Amino acid sequence: MFGAGGGTSSYEETRSADLIVLWGSNAREAHPIFFHHVLKAVHGGAKLMVVDPRRTPSAQWADLWLGIDVGTDIPLANAVAREIIHAGLADMEFVERATSGFEAFEESVEPWTLEEAERVTGVPADAIRELAHAYGSAEHVQLCWTLGITEHHNAVDNVFALINLALLTGKVGKWGSGLQPLRGQNNVQGGGDMGAIPNKLPGFQDVLDDAARAKFDAAWGTTIPPEYGLHLTGMFEAMEHGELRAVYVVGENPAQGEADQARAERLLTGLDHLVVQDIFLTRTAQLADVVLPAAATLGEAEGTVTSSERRVQRVRKAVDAPGEARDDIEIVYELARRMGHDLGSPRAEDVWNELRSLSPLHAGMTYARLEELGGIQWPCRDEDDPGALFLHGRLWDDVVEERAPFQVVEHDPPVDKLDGDFPLRLTTGRRLESYNTGVQSGGYSSPLHVGGEAILLAPEDGARYGVRDGGRVRVVSRRGSVEAPVRYDPTLRAGLAFMNLHFPDVVATNVLTIDATDPKSGTAEFKATAIRLEPVA
Amino acid sequence: MPDLKLLADAPSADERAAIDAVVGAEAANGDRVARSDRTRRHLLLPALRAAQRRVGWVSPGALGYACRRLEVPPAEAYGVATFYALLSLEERPAEVLHVCTDLSCQLAGATVPEGAHPSPCLGLCERAPASLRTVAGPEPREEQIPATGPPLPQTSGLKLLRRIAEGVDPESQPEFVALARAREMGPDAVIDAVKASPLLGRGGAAFPTGRKWEAVARQPARPHYLVCNADESEPGTFKDRVLMEQDPFALIESMAIAMYATGCEKGFVYIRAEYPLAQKRIQHAIDASGFDIELRIGAGAYVCGEETALFQSIEGYRGEPRNKPPFPVEVGLFGKPTVVNNVETLVNVPHILLGDDVRDTRLFCLSGNVARPGLYEVELGTPLHELLELAGAEPAKAVLLGGAAGSFLRPDQLDLPLSFEGAKEAGVTLGSGVVIVFGEQADLVAAVLRIAEFFRDESCGQCVPCRVGTVRQEEALHRLASGKANGNELAVLADLEQVMRDASICGLGQTAASAVSSAVKNLGVPA
Repeated sequence: MFGAGGGTSSYEETRSADLIVLWGSNAREAHPIFFHHVLKAVHGGAKLMVVDPRRTPSAQWADLWLGIDVGTDIPLANAVAREIIHAGLADMEFVERATSGFEAFEESVEPWTLEEAERVTGVPADAIRELAHAYGSAEHVQLCWTLGITEHHNAVDNVFALINLALLTGKVGKWGSGLQPLRGQNNVQGGGDMGAIPNKLPGFQDVLDDAARAKFDAAWGTTIPPEYGLHLTGMFEAMEHGELRAVYVVGENPAQGEADQARAERLLTGLDHLVVQDIFLTRTAQLADVVLPAAATLGEAEGTVTSSERRVQRVRKAVDAPGEARDDIEIVYELARRMGHDLGSPRAEDVWNELRSLSPLHAGMTYARLEELGGIQWPCRDEDDPGALFLHGRLWDDVVEERAPFQVVEHDPPVDKLDGDFPLRLTTGRRLESYNTGVQSGGYSSPLHVGGEAILLAPEDGARYGVRDGGRVRVVSRRGSVEAPVRYDPTLRAGLAFMNLHFPDVVATNVLTIDATDPKSGTAEFKATAIRLEPVA
Repeated sequence: MPDLKLLADAPSADERAAIDAVVGAEAANGDRVARSDRTRRHLLLPALRAAQRRVGWVSPGALGYACRRLEVPPAEAYGVATFYALLSLEERPAEVLHVCTDLSCQLAGATVPEGAHPSPCLGLCERAPASLRTVAGPEPREEQIPATGPPLPQTSGLKLLRRIAEGVDPESQPEFVALARAREMGPDAVIDAVKASPLLGRGGAAFPTGRKWEAVARQPARPHYLVCNADESEPGTFKDRVLMEQDPFALIESMAIAMYATGCEKGFVYIRAEYPLAQKRIQHAIDASGFDIELRIGAGAYVCGEETALFQSIEGYRGEPRNKPPFPVEVGLFGKPTVVNNVETLVNVPHILLGDDVRDTRLFCLSGNVARPGLYEVELGTPLHELLELAGAEPAKAVLLGGAAGSFLRPDQLDLPLSFEGAKEAGVTLGSGVVIVFGEQADLVAAVLRIAEFFRDESCGQCVPCRVGTVRQEEALHRLASGKANGNELAVLADLEQVMRDASICGLGQTAASAVSSAVKNLGVPA
């Protein structure tokens, strides 16, 4: 966001907020640790508002739930912006001092009256007004989102639409207010920090930045090509075109986690060479030529993780990894050695110190300081730097060197259109007790898993399509079909169905989903699939 | 909801409708907007009451439906439902007779007919023996029996009871002269006037009212709440009932003044479930006046008269007292600064502002072996024997002053001046103004056993000294009364008294031995 990829605020600020907006986030189930902080705020009197097509458990806990149509976040955000402007709740001093592009933005949201937004999003105008006024007038407000925003073909535009709201009201860059993309596990943020994204070097330094590249070239004694790599969806496209023939997968299960699963499996099987490094023998690992068993991060390895609030924390080894499993660093070093580069003996702290020498954001974080301070939030530029509770404080400097730009974003409905053949909107998501494709959470039996693979239908749809609660149904999309048990869910409105992806060996939900992908983020539109229901023969 | 496991039983249509009338209709499935129920737990007791008033009991289906609508775990709601004596989780007839077997009605020879439920004091002591009939159905009702009592025994020299003696219409709103005066004065001046007056709380603890108001007015946290404690449950007490039944507007006006002076956004009146007419009259007065005051109704629990237990009850929890500090003026109802005042305390305030009667009077509830039982108002300092003469008391072998948490007096102690200081000097308490006369024929042993039974039954069970102590106290008294004493009883009773007084969380436990102890020490009963 504005360059470096990370939430702008701290959990501490979340706990002190007056208003928390969860937009496309079911944090109560999907981010339960973060939700603890939300709960503390709520118990302290904060308001909670949730934008979600489903009346999720988070929505049921909210002071206000806005039941949006899938894929209409931009109209809603633009209408909120327009209402904020018309109600005089915009922070015009901030807008003039710290942002650019306001006039074009104002013009772009002008057509999104409350009534027009109601027509497109399905959310009553009064509720949109209430959200706008609450957001515009709260002093400390945290705007949080997750995959409901990003698992769309226009994910980045969706994010821009939310950032626009913070710029419009000056709700960013100061203590208490900010923007938070919630991370799905303890070290998703750390992956980005370390450069495990195709366009950035460690510390979010751009691959096309000559000076940054030169620094890494010198340190690593190599020449980094001045071009962006491929994100996951791009890799599958490259496989499709025969340009990518060998893949090394570390800690991912794309055979079941990608949209249009049948295609993903076909492409992975067709590779010349597939290496998978994981702590479990995942479906992807079963397709591999070589499997490298890895140690688990928690308890079996030394290193660091970075949380959603950009806090780098130490993890420590407590037990030896079982069998032949080895630490990730050890595996990489061994691979290097076999390839003719002896990098020495692997130590987590040495790797970390190398990162500190190359990433200014992490420069001040010695292991000793991480230990002493209980973790540090980047940026931490030297050993006297306490780290940063929140980002972008520069926007409130007397002179703002680099203004934050408004981005004009237009409504672009989901790619997988509803029609007579595919009349139901299927959206996907997560359950409290499970994690993604179930690699980590499906391996043990739990009463909470029982029936978890069901497709959830509004009772009205069940009646309409002749599917009974507890029965079975064939779910058909334009890409494939799966058979699934049915459970009626009164929190769904007619026309909206829900499946999760936790039990791919039982119900392969991603056979149905579409790989329509945002070109900028590489994320597929898991949240919007057109389906129909057919009786099971 | 992933974290709430609900009961499988479904409510009947009647139960659903009754609960919906309290919590609102359920959102329709096609709705695009919803608001959380997480902040509505305070509606749990009203919802359970509504279900029981409709069908006569709280069925598993009704309990489960209330849980689902209010997002309360069933185990929690079960804990709440079983806390209150008047809620039944077992099926029973729509019509139930609750017969008072407490002190005054015991003296009047109360008997419990077949099928009726014995009840602790119903607050109808001046018309003993008394009972309460509850009738569930589409038009539920509660009937006090007898329906009416004797008229006020005094006709002159009254202050708080003057309007009642003059026959004020309880359903017609008078001009709120004192409230208008308060608004002229401004909040600070009202508090100063109350502070300058000798007004002490009339609920039993005798805390200076003006200081309480000032403390809340100064709290920066918002909102502020006013809670009128009308959960008058001390056996032998009925003063607040008479005030609310016969002059409800005096209370409502007084509450409005208190709210104005202390900056309270909202007021609550918590009336015990056994007072249907007071509820009706107060609700009418609230509706007529338009003040932001809400009526809350208990469900049969003595301990809810303890101020923090009352907050818990309003908030939808078991009525278990909180630890203090923090005190209600800082952290009260819903965690906010709260003024909590007794009914009688509040109705003193208009007279302070208007300066129409500067006498410091006190209400006394006379019952038992007296010719003219009822509510009396005398100036503080009046000797007890004068009050007894007014009421036509029989020659007494004992007088219980202050209720079950008060003390028994011997016939030679009746010169006691009825003032806070006089009572303190004599080591007794005026409590809630209870005066029960035990004549020559009265069975004092039965009375003492009844008091012990009452506390054992009403102990909320939260803290050990009271939960265990009230049981052991009753057992020891029964052994004494039945001649099966082992010789340790008096030492055990003294120990229990000290432990409960020192270590109980609330006033109920702290005073659970006081009347019993005074009987043992003062009267040698039971022996």
